[in-house]
Amino acid sequence: MRLRRVKAIAVKEVRQIWRDPRSLMIALLMPFTQMFMLGYGVSLDLKHVPICTFDREGSQDSQALLKHFQASQYFTITRDVQNYPALVDAIDRADCKIGIVIPPDFSERLNDAGSASVQAVLDATDDNTANIAFGYALAVVTGYSSDVQLSRTERQARGLQQITPMTVQSRVWFNEDLDSRNFIIPGVVAVIMALVGAQLTSLTISREWERGTMELLISTPVRPSEVMVGKLTPYVVLGWIDAGSCLAVAALWFQVPFRGTLLTLFVTTTIFLLLVLGIGYLMSVLIRSQLGASQIALLVTMLPTQMLSGYIFPIDQMPTLIQNFTYLVYSRYYVTIVKAIFLKGSSLPALAMPTVFLLVYATAVMILAARAFRKSLD
Amino acid sequence: MTDRPDAGAQIVVEGLVKRFGRFVAVDGVSFNVGRGEILGFLGPNGAGKSTIIRILCGLLRPTAGRALVANIDVSRDPEAVRQRIGYMSQRFSLYRDLTVAENLRFFGGIYRVPASELAERMRFAIEMAGLSGREDALVATLAGGWQQRLALGCAVLHRPPILFLDEPTSGVEPTSRRRFWDLIHSLAGDGVTVLVSTHHMDEAEYCHRAALINQGRLVALDSPEALKRTALGGELLLVACEALGPALAALRQAPGVRDCSVFGSALHVLVDDAERAAHDLPAYLAANGIPSARATPIHPSLEDVFVHLVAADVAERSVAA
Repeated sequence: MRLRRVKAIAVKEVRQIWRDPRSLMIALLMPFTQMFMLGYGVSLDLKHVPICTFDREGSQDSQALLKHFQASQYFTITRDVQNYPALVDAIDRADCKIGIVIPPDFSERLNDAGSASVQAVLDATDDNTANIAFGYALAVVTGYSSDVQLSRTERQARGLQQITPMTVQSRVWFNEDLDSRNFIIPGVVAVIMALVGAQLTSLTISREWERGTMELLISTPVRPSEVMVGKLTPYVVLGWIDAGSCLAVAALWFQVPFRGTLLTLFVTTTIFLLLVLGIGYLMSVLIRSQLGASQIALLVTMLPTQMLSGYIFPIDQMPTLIQNFTYLVYSRYYVTIVKAIFLKGSSLPALAMPTVFLLVYATAVMILAARAFRKSLD
Repeated sequence: MTDRPDAGAQIVVEGLVKRFGRFVAVDGVSFNVGRGEILGFLGPNGAGKSTIIRILCGLLRPTAGRALVANIDVSRDPEAVRQRIGYMSQRFSLYRDLTVAENLRFFGGIYRVPASELAERMRFAIEMAGLSGREDALVATLAGGWQQRLALGCAVLHRPPILFLDEPTSGVEPTSRRRFWDLIHSLAGDGVTVLVSTHHMDEAEYCHRAALINQGRLVALDSPEALKRTALGGELLLVACEALGPALAALRQAPGVRDCSVFGSALHVLVDDAERAAHDLPAYLAANGIPSARATPIHPSLEDVFVHLVAADVAERSVAA
């Protein structure tokens, strides 16, 4: 590899990028807009789910239960109805997601049998939301029933030693508020880098084929590796800027706690960048049209990263077959790394495994891309 | 077909064949080009000129046959060949979004022209292309003739001993074309071997030798003068008369006439002896009901030669088939 040729190609590429300000703006602004769109758009937290109550008893006990719902940040009582048709109507109009129906014999059964049931009517058109909301509703009811239990025990055991029901205290580390945003945003950075990175380079070789400049370039003694290194270098710099802005938005705007070191982040991000830029370049080499190359690059980066990197859909909840498949999805390693650096403050040695995986993938893609570049019109 | 024996041949092509699927683009072509020689490739579009040039640049692999450029087998060591050649492709292939100087500097870097010489060679290329003062103009803003001369400048920046120019003057206005050929001649004068293709017949006159190519086959190869003298296999008459159609039919039956074709508003007639035919043919035509015809001996143009040879080639092939 001759440095002189690499430099000639890199300088040429920088000039071409510079002379195409529209593409440059897209390359620099796309990560920002994506970051805000995905950052705000993707959240698994449900707060203030609208609910509708139908208290068929109207007792002190039933009102106490509804107070628990009222007090919960997960629910907002939007309507209080007096009959079933009104409840159905409220759900139909999407005024609420859940209807809580308290039966007329609620306090009676609570006092006699020590157990009473409450009905929850769910709008399952959005079954994910319904499921999560139902889980919260269950938690509210459980909270109430343990209150009842406690006061009853107190009454019965008056004068005796106080008995506290045993509870499990769980302690959450690294993402103390269990705020799904903290958990998702670092993954969003990975998704955006995979997307933008591959797009940046997917045009670089196919453009030369389409414009006819490739025929002359391959008639010169330039080597495929020189073309690759020369062309990727400016995009690594662009990629750093993009990654920097994404990570800055994550830490400064979305306030995701950053506990790691910048050096660890820089090293791992650079390896990931080389990998995704290499993938875009490889597509560009294999597919000699700009449109085709960018479409395929989108497909091979965006899709697996969205679905199988574990940035939003937990890998350990996937079927075993798919789980095994995710080991091939290079972005899962970077998602793991960024989450660990942000939330756990992990150091490079602690991240050795995923980093080595990334390095292996990046090297493989580079070798493939250099080999795939043929100086031939055949 | 004569081939000048040349020990210092820079390009040697033997039995070259190139097939694309079932299509035969190059069909057993052999020729040599000597140092400092300008060989012109002539032929219609799709005749196989570009394919041969691309094989010689190592851009296409031959299906059969051998091609040596600067005594290096192109199939074996294309990189060594690429170091020694300059190439102008048929489609303009400089970077339009770079300036004149930036394009030159880019190719200077790719060919690793020594930094100490680069400035001097760039100045030479810019002056040669007549682009002094426009070094910082974007290539996209240059007119066709200037673009082509700049492409030639980029192709010779590293001083290659061999140049391949594929239709360098297509889309270039006539005065610029003339200037372009002057450049090619001055390079050849410095010992550069040039293989240049064109579909302008008149440009063959600028070449030391012209190769006529039709449907992938080498139909003729000689100097323009020799081609005009011998390739027709006879002498040429210009016959002016009325009723060209009947005259054409009548002349094809006339004694001593080998071939006859319409050329503008007159006929070109190939005969064994122009002197005698000039005297006999008007009388023959008058006897066939076409009065007041005038016949004058003329020098054939390369176009005459080419039309004749292509027709003969097609006829020969249909007989073979």
